[in-house]
Amino acid sequence: MDAFITLIVAFAIPTAIVAAIFVGLLFYVLPREVRTIFKRELKSYFTSPIAYVLFVVFLGISNALSFFFTGVLEGGEADLFLPYFQYLPWYLILIAPAVGMRLWSEEQRLGTMELMLTMPLAPWHAILGKYLAAAVVLFTMLVLSFPIVWTVNYLGEPDNGVIMAGFVATYFVALCFLAVTSVISAITRSQLVALLVSVAICLVLWLGGLPHLSEMLMNLKGGWLVAWPVLKLVNMVGVMPHFTELAKGVLGLRDVVFFISFIAFCLIATSVAIRLKRA
Amino acid sequence: MIEVENLHKHFGSKVAVDGVSFIVKKGEVLGFLGPNGAGKSTTMRMVTGYLPATKGSVRIGGADIEENEIEAKAKIGYLPEAAPLYSDMTVEAFLRFAAEMRRVPASEIQAAVDKAIETTFLEPVRHQSVDTLSKGYRHRTCFAQSIIHDPEVLILDEPTDGLDPNQKHEIRQLIRRMGETKAILFSTHILEEVEASCTRAIIIDRGKVVADGTPEELKARATNAGTVLLRATGLAGSGIRTELEKLSESDSVDVIESSDEGITARISPAKGKAQKLGAAVSGLCKDKNLTIHELKVEEGRLDLLFRELTKRDADK
Repeated sequence: MDAFITLIVAFAIPTAIVAAIFVGLLFYVLPREVRTIFKRELKSYFTSPIAYVLFVVFLGISNALSFFFTGVLEGGEADLFLPYFQYLPWYLILIAPAVGMRLWSEEQRLGTMELMLTMPLAPWHAILGKYLAAAVVLFTMLVLSFPIVWTVNYLGEPDNGVIMAGFVATYFVALCFLAVTSVISAITRSQLVALLVSVAICLVLWLGGLPHLSEMLMNLKGGWLVAWPVLKLVNMVGVMPHFTELAKGVLGLRDVVFFISFIAFCLIATSVAIRLKRA
Repeated sequence: MIEVENLHKHFGSKVAVDGVSFIVKKGEVLGFLGPNGAGKSTTMRMVTGYLPATKGSVRIGGADIEENEIEAKAKIGYLPEAAPLYSDMTVEAFLRFAAEMRRVPASEIQAAVDKAIETTFLEPVRHQSVDTLSKGYRHRTCFAQSIIHDPEVLILDEPTDGLDPNQKHEIRQLIRRMGETKAILFSTHILEEVEASCTRAIIIDRGKVVADGTPEELKARATNAGTVLLRATGLAGSGIRTELEKLSESDSVDVIESSDEGITARISPAKGKAQKLGAAVSGLCKDKNLTIHELKVEEGRLDLLFRELTKRDADK
C-alpha cells in the first residue's frame, strides 16, 4: 500500500505541476484571445477522431514495443530508462507532427485564416493558443502512458525520480517537434505535406545530435569545407544530447534553456511564415 | 468610417490594385462594383488588414490598420468572399467563438448570438454542424459572425452570393437597414443590388476607380441616359424626323417605324443636353400640332455604364 501511495505522489505531483503551468499561463498570464483560441482548438482535437487515434497508436506502439521487444519484463531489474525512454523520441518523430500538422494548414485550407487574422488579435495570440492546445494533447498522451510506470513499480523498485525525469525530457522533445511542425504547417495548406516534411526535419534534428556525428565531424574538419558548417549546425541544434542529459535526471539549466529557446525560435518562425504567406 | 487613400497592391510584377481612394462615412452604404479580377477582393483584404498594402493607407474610425492594427480591426465586421467557417463546430458554437474573439463581454455573448441568429434567419440550423449546412446557410452563418459584435464598420465581400432570390432580398434589406447606423462597404457584381441597397457606388476596373457617385449619378452617365422615345402622329414620318434632327438638344434620331401618318423613334441627346431633350421634344410636338401617343425619357442603365467602363480591348 505504501508503495502505491509513493507512486501516486511521485506522479500526481509532477503531473499537477505541469497542468498548473498550463492553467496559470492561460488564465492569468496570457490575454483572453489566446484562451479563446486554445479552447476552440483543444475542443476540435477531441470532437474529431484524430486525438483518440493518435493516443491509441502511440500507447499501442510504445507499450507493445517496450514490453515485447526491449525486455522490460525480462530485465529483472526494472530499469525503465533504457528500454522505454530511449525509444519514445523515435515514436514522437511521427506522433508530434501528426498532432501538429493541422494547426495552420487546416486554417489555410478552410480559408478561416482570413477570418482569424482580421479579428482584433495579434498573430502571436493565435500561434500560441494553437500551440498550447496541441501541447496539451501531447501531455495527455504522456499521462496516459502511466500504466507502464505502474507495471514496473509492481515488478520491482525502480527509481521513480529517474522515470519522472525521463518523462520530462520526452515531453520537451515532443514540444520541440511540435514547434517544428507549427512552422511547416504555416507554409503549406496540405496536411499531408506538413506531416511528411515535419517528420523529415524532426528526424534530422534527432539524428543530428547523435554522439557519433560529433566525432565524425571532428575527423571531417579538414575535409568537407562546404558540408562541414551545415553538419555542424545540425549537430548544434541536435535534440538528442539535451534529451539524454535531462533523462538521466540531471535537470541542467543549459538543456532546459536549449529546449525553451528552440521552441520560442520556431514559434517566431511560424509568425514570419504567416506574414510572408499574406504578403 | 472607412478612409482609404491611394491604395496599391503589387503581386510580384502584377499590379492588382492601382491607387484606389474612397471614403465611407457613417450612414453610407458603398457598393463596390467591378468585373471579376478587377481588384475588389484584394482591396477589401487590405481594408480589413488581412493583406498588407504595397503603398497607401487605410484608416478605420481614425485608427490606421497597420499602425493601430488591433484597435482598427476591433471596429470591423468582415465577411470574406468564400465565407469560411470551422467545419467541426455547430453554428451556435462558431458564433460564440466569434463573439468571444470580437471582444463581446462574457455576460452579453448569449444575447449577441441570439440576435445574430435571428437577424440572419439561422434558427432552424442553430445546433447543426457547420459541415452539414447548405451553401445559403453557410453564407449566412459567416454573415452572422460579421455582425455579432455590432461593429461600426462592415465589410462584405459578395454578401448575397449563393443565396436564393428571397434570401437575396432579405439580405439587401438588412444591409440597407444596418447602413443607417454603420459605414458599410460591400462588393457585388449584381447591378440591381447597387440600386436596391447602396447610397453610393464605385466601379473599379484593372485596379483603378473608373466611376464614383450615387446610383442616380452613375445611371445619368450611361450613354442611354436621357434618350427620348417618341410615338407621334399628325405629319409624315420623314418630316417629323427632319424637325427632330434640327433640335439643338438632339444628337441623332433612330427611327423605329415611319409612315405617312407619323413616326416612332428613339432620340439620343446631344452632349450635355440629356436633361433638356424631353422638354424640347414635347415643345416641338406642340408647335407642329402633333398628337403624342407615347413620350418617354429613359433612365440611364447601370449595366450599360458598367459595360462601357470595363470593356476589355478584346471585346471591342
